[in-house]
Amino acid sequence: MDLLSILQVFDSGVRLATPLLLACLAGLFSERAGIFDIGLEGKMLMAAFFSAAVAFVSGSVWLGLLAGIASSLVLSAIHGLASITFRGNQLISGVAINFLATGLTVLIAQDWFKEGGRTPSLSGAARFEPITLPLANSLRDVPVLGPVYYELISGHTILVYLAFLCVPATWWILYRTRFGLRLRAVGENPAAVDTAGVSVVGLRYGAVAICGVLCGVAGAYLATALQAGFVKDMTAQRGYIALAALIFAKWRPWYALWATLLFGLLQAIALRYQNIELGGVVIPVQLMDALPYILTVIILAGFVGKAIPPRAGGEAYSKER
Amino acid sequence: MDKLPPWADAVLVPLISLLLAAMISALVILGIGEDPIAAVKLMITGALGSSYGWGYTLYYATNFIFTGLAFAVASHAGMFNIGSEGQAMIGGLGVAIICLMVPWPHWSIALPAAIAGAAVFGALWALIPAWLQAKRGSHIVITTIMFNIIAAAFLNYMLVNVLRPEGSMDPATAKFPTGAHLPTLHDMLAPVGINFSKSAPANISLLVALIACVLVWILIWRTRLGYEIRALGKSETAARYAGISPTRIIVIAMLISGALSGCMAINNVMGEAEQLLLNATEGAGFIGIAVALMGRNHPLGVFLAAILFGFLYQGGAELALWTSIPRELIVVIQALVILFTGALDNMVRIPLERAFLAFGKGRKT
Repeated sequence: MDLLSILQVFDSGVRLATPLLLACLAGLFSERAGIFDIGLEGKMLMAAFFSAAVAFVSGSVWLGLLAGIASSLVLSAIHGLASITFRGNQLISGVAINFLATGLTVLIAQDWFKEGGRTPSLSGAARFEPITLPLANSLRDVPVLGPVYYELISGHTILVYLAFLCVPATWWILYRTRFGLRLRAVGENPAAVDTAGVSVVGLRYGAVAICGVLCGVAGAYLATALQAGFVKDMTAQRGYIALAALIFAKWRPWYALWATLLFGLLQAIALRYQNIELGGVVIPVQLMDALPYILTVIILAGFVGKAIPPRAGGEAYSKER
Repeated sequence: MDKLPPWADAVLVPLISLLLAAMISALVILGIGEDPIAAVKLMITGALGSSYGWGYTLYYATNFIFTGLAFAVASHAGMFNIGSEGQAMIGGLGVAIICLMVPWPHWSIALPAAIAGAAVFGALWALIPAWLQAKRGSHIVITTIMFNIIAAAFLNYMLVNVLRPEGSMDPATAKFPTGAHLPTLHDMLAPVGINFSKSAPANISLLVALIACVLVWILIWRTRLGYEIRALGKSETAARYAGISPTRIIVIAMLISGALSGCMAINNVMGEAEQLLLNATEGAGFIGIAVALMGRNHPLGVFLAAILFGFLYQGGAELALWTSIPRELIVVIQALVILFTGALDNMVRIPLERAFLAFGKGRKT
């Protein structure tokens, strides 16, 4: 395998890691505030459809992005209502949101476009185009670093760079701001936050909303940057991989980056090489597909360091207890 | 100052939740420019208007009884088993191996063997998440989600690389031998003079599902194990104090749950397809969650909710056939039912409790 094809696999890994990263950070905000969210998948799917639909109708990908975020926020609001206001079961709410998105996207797509539950293909200004970073072309012939810069770092859409910027931003918000401190506290010990006179409900709604925005961007990326339009079930369980990555990263932003990059790379390898032969043993493609989940189960089993979730995760907070 | 009377808790709350879900579903149908009343009429004639429709409704209901019971048993132990889908897939593998390995002379011998295979395979698939939860505290929701996806990949591998007959392109096993074909409701009802539709897939598994309902009821409310399961689900500390081992109960409850999920395969794999196909479960594992939530984790409730969802599934298929409403409408309805009966339960319950409280006071004074 030469440098170029290795770079191409890594390049594709970065593309595939981007939605995982955004969704993973989305889940990180929510779960750090004590709200479990298995509805990442549904929120991404909803955003993918509405961003593609609005981008197609308006011809502007930016309007599409906004619509995607808005639709994902609506689902976030439902999740917040169920799990914060009415203190319902957060897992059940997440399951419901995933089904709601699966059903509604196809239903509305069929009603609007009549193309069997998909949107028409997007092109031109209705899609995010790759950006060539400065000097990428002129540095291309520099040995090793030139192709790395040209193939791997340059030539992605703006959302990819945005997603990567979200990692230091998330770190800074969580560990260097007052909001972040409170957000983490509300996921560990909401009663203490309440005693300090800070609104538990407000903080948790805030976290769920941030989760909605990030899922919205992830969904929009899928439909308007990675692919050109919405197709049924296009998230293909990425929400669950993101959830796996979140556990893999033990709910920390920088580790989330490495975990999603690893899982993105695994997807890229599985996509490019159907069956991999390693020292006479053929690794079936299905094993590559299942690998992120198997790795996560091993991590969860606590054999490679223990993954401890936020202490108050999954529990509704009631004041009068 | 106490809560609702038992009948209101068991009947009124789910009924109001269901009504809310139905109202929003009607709005969704209106939103895509169709007539909700005509749609419901079409669903009723399509699903209940003929023995053919009933045959499909009961066939789907059989799947949902198994997965609903599976979710309910785990729920009683305080476990959220979202892994029915994977357990049913692997149960299907067990059924396929048993049906293909042995040249069965008659279905009456093949069926118990297939039930055993389905139950063992399903239970084994639930064992690792159960053990991880009980011993290492790994959250069972996450592990069972992971196991669903791993099961799909594993099944895909088995069908493509191992079980696929020579020369076939489809990722599916060979057809089961005739001795492993289950009698359909047509075969069973013909001797009593009822002419049930020949092409509907409902089969003897329905009876197995009904027996499973009774067995689960006995298990949960009439045995020591059931008592221990319920005690653990209500309060782990209290259960521990009473000398109940949480590890043991979690593993046993999840094994039973996995076995019930696996048993779904005698209906869809052995009864209907008569071979193991890719994606044979069709999401029935997840519908089990909705069914158990609606049925309040009681076998009778699960049975009724399963019939309702069987009706929705068959009715939805008819809608997709005769109108421009896609089948996904059913997924939306299912989501709304889960949302209202599960997650937004308190939205209905709290006002209702207040109403009962006010009414009760008025009567006393």
